[in-house]
Amino acid sequence: MHRTLAIIEREMRRFRRSPMLIVMAMIMPIVQLVVLGYAFGGNVKHLKVAVVDQDHAVPAVRVRELVGAAASGNRTFDIIDYTDPGRALDDLRNGRVNGVLTIPPDFSRRVLGRNQPRVALIEDNTDSFVSASMAAAMGSLMGAFNQPRPTTVRMSGQVALDVVEVYPYVPYVQYLLPGSIVMSIFMMVMIGGGIIFIDDKARGLHEGYLVTPITKFELIAGFNISGTIRAVLAGAVIMVIGSLIAGVPNPLDPMRMLRMLSVISVTAFALISMMFLLMVRVNDPLMPRAMFGVLNTLLYFPSGAVYPQQGFPKWMQVIAAVDPFTYAVHAFKSLLLKNTGFGAIGFDLMYLTIFSVVALTAATMLFRRTL
Amino acid sequence: MIAIDVQNIVKKFGDFTAVKGITFGVEAGEIFGLLGPNGAGKSTLIRMLVTLLPPTSGTALVNGFDVVQQADGVRHSIGVIPQAMTSDLELSVEENLIIFAKLYGVPRDKRKQLIDQLLEAVELTQWRDKQVRNLSGGMRRRVEIARGLVHEPRIFFLDEPTTGLDPVSRVHVWEMLQRLKAERDLTILITTHYLDEADKLCDRIAIVAHGDLKALDSPMKLKASVPSKNTLEATFSATPDGWERTLAALPDVGEVTSHDHVFRLASANGPVTTMALMETAARAGVAVNSLAVQSTTLDDVFVHYTGRALRDSLQEPSAKDSPFMIRRA
Repeated sequence: MHRTLAIIEREMRRFRRSPMLIVMAMIMPIVQLVVLGYAFGGNVKHLKVAVVDQDHAVPAVRVRELVGAAASGNRTFDIIDYTDPGRALDDLRNGRVNGVLTIPPDFSRRVLGRNQPRVALIEDNTDSFVSASMAAAMGSLMGAFNQPRPTTVRMSGQVALDVVEVYPYVPYVQYLLPGSIVMSIFMMVMIGGGIIFIDDKARGLHEGYLVTPITKFELIAGFNISGTIRAVLAGAVIMVIGSLIAGVPNPLDPMRMLRMLSVISVTAFALISMMFLLMVRVNDPLMPRAMFGVLNTLLYFPSGAVYPQQGFPKWMQVIAAVDPFTYAVHAFKSLLLKNTGFGAIGFDLMYLTIFSVVALTAATMLFRRTL
Repeated sequence: MIAIDVQNIVKKFGDFTAVKGITFGVEAGEIFGLLGPNGAGKSTLIRMLVTLLPPTSGTALVNGFDVVQQADGVRHSIGVIPQAMTSDLELSVEENLIIFAKLYGVPRDKRKQLIDQLLEAVELTQWRDKQVRNLSGGMRRRVEIARGLVHEPRIFFLDEPTTGLDPVSRVHVWEMLQRLKAERDLTILITTHYLDEADKLCDRIAIVAHGDLKALDSPMKLKASVPSKNTLEATFSATPDGWERTLAALPDVGEVTSHDHVFRLASANGPVTTMALMETAARAGVAVNSLAVQSTTLDDVFVHYTGRALRDSLQEPSAKDSPFMIRRA
């Protein structure tokens, strides 16, 4: 055991004197949290809509007023009035406007005659997010237009849906925070347990260990425990900084932080075990660098960290089911966004523990105590 | 008493045989050198002896322990300085020694005293708190020598200990090793491709080439074993046809070679051949531009036993060299 402690001591002393390693492991998750969190989290605003009113009667004016109200209210649209529909379409094709709302000449007559009145929205569908947002917003405006006038009927027979939200509104940056914590743990594991581990091997540092009487198990324990400690530190720092950046309510709640730390520790051990298994027979320093991007994409995106897994195709759901990130992200979401206890994350912890045991056992069997 | 006993040891990497059945013994208390070019099999041989590589066949006992069956006994008995610089650059000199003392299980109460003595012995006491990254190559090598001795081993293995060091640092390391050997009653096995290092430092030398042991004896006896005791190197103003044959006919001359107008004569009696050469040149009207007489060197020994000069063999790559291995050379 004292030899394992010696390896941990050595690794921690090196870690303390490598500030760049610490910074590199922290910077990427924080940048990702801030940039992705605010880039994807907001509603689409200031879409340029050309309005071509060819009718000018009262119902058409009412449509025009509703669009104008949306433009001055939540700023979804910026209205540009056109008299020439041809010019409006030219501007749409040239990217000067995102859509053209045309109110045809017979609109008012059809409204008053209850004869299927129509307005047309011609949109630039090369950006599906923009076109979907615009269509949805225009659809709700038409819904408002179709609302019956105030009625004298006291009891409505129409079914209404009342939506009750259990938790306070979760901005996207908070939704992203669990993934960022897992990412910081992964970064530290990838740099410390992957890149530096193989660099040390190539430099011959491991030869120095192998000529001492240290056993295979003491050596593996030393590598993995020191790697876990480093990853836990990275995860804990991002937990605190990320909670403050994302505006998590009561970010320093001690009980939640304690529960978070236990998930960070189990996740760190699972990921370092996985990395040790991947690197146990690798000698080429280029290999972990080449694997970095692939692993990052393969583990992070299917985990549900940035998008709900229910939207994935079947094959990606299979990846998500074995991906340790999935269970770590789920556990962090439960603790951070719902403030649950261990009851809600028991399965996550169990999966990560079993994953660690399987990965470490396989790695131990593959580890050679000779060159 | 035999400290290292190697019997018919073989190491194969796939179809390539790096060590082809070598047998030798190292006496306790001697400095034993494995001399050969890169790729000769020296490092593979030393790695088998320090338990880093399992032999394909054959046996080796180090301090009485079998390198395969009793690897842990071997590891407790030996100190090893690998070919690459393996000290932690981020750690201080003293921290490097402390970590390895702990890895070897040196008791806490003995640790400080041992480290103090070693730092004194390698003349690094005043640098003990400095990070290794701030030290010169020679000083880093001394840190590694101290690190290898931190558990008071009986046998010390050094794989090319002075490669990459400047001449002053090399001599310093040699002196240090000789002093440590005397003070600590060590047996030392080094690999080297420096002839002067083998000549000045080693009590006995094994010449290794292409995985074979070509010769083994003290430097003195190896030199004596070469038929020619002296080498004459001469250049002449202009030489008549058949001049090489004329030189070969001089008394005590064994072999004559010429390259770039330099004639090289292997002689069993340098003074007699020199006199005869001067007289023959004068009679033939050939002016002698330069003449140098050398005693037999280890290079001559190496040529004699391997058929080629060591300097011509140095660039041969080892089959086990990784393209990413950071070498000091």
